[in-house]
Amino acid sequence: MNFLTEAGIDTAGLVARVAGSGRGAQVSFTGTVRNHQDGREVRELHYTAYGPMAEVQCGTIVAEAEARWPVSVALQHRVGTLAIGDEAVVVVVAGDHREEAFAACRFVLEEVKRRVPIWKHERYADGTEVWVDPTDAADPAERGS
Amino acid sequence: MVIEQGRPVHVRMLLFASYAEVVGVEVCDLALSASATVADALAELRLKHPGADVLPTRPLCARNHSQVAMEDEVRDGDEVAILPPLAGG
Repeated sequence: MNFLTEAGIDTAGLVARVAGSGRGAQVSFTGTVRNHQDGREVRELHYTAYGPMAEVQCGTIVAEAEARWPVSVALQHRVGTLAIGDEAVVVVVAGDHREEAFAACRFVLEEVKRRVPIWKHERYADGTEVWVDPTDAADPAERGS
Repeated sequence: MVIEQGRPVHVRMLLFASYAEVVGVEVCDLALSASATVADALAELRLKHPGADVLPTRPLCARNHSQVAMEDEVRDGDEVAILPPLAGG
């Protein structure tokens, strides 16, 4: 399956892919579009990607997580125009125990932000818009989901 | 750039998001000299598209879908992408 999707993310479908009777722990992260950024009212977001590279990088990240921990990982990221409240990224991890599930979920999300070529165009209620540059922020962790 | 020796190396450069906007192109095919590097490809892009002057000196780059160093050589048929700061998630 593709990691990038222009349609809404099917979280239940992602859960079904990783769930199993041997899995005692399931952790998911959902990043949604919030209505504010740095004190400004956000109207919508537009995500664009370098699709072929993004698919390769997402596959590599998932494979790395599944090699490092005994877990199964499902991941999808939206591209296109998203409204406030829309799900932008979903990571679902199933493992035997909670420790590896939490760790792998965090790893996958952070690596997606660090390595996957996706860009976010923030469009504000006042009609202005900007390409988000996480390296501009005083604390990069403050940006994004 | 003058093609000095050997067969020219043809690469396709891709620009995205803010970089595509400021330079005004998303795709640019370049012919480089043999043993050209990613940095050479970027220099050639700046010659062909003066708008590329505003790009960082050492932007994040990828070759054939993997991040690459500016000093790495490009090969004929490579796809070289210039990536603005990533902002997924």
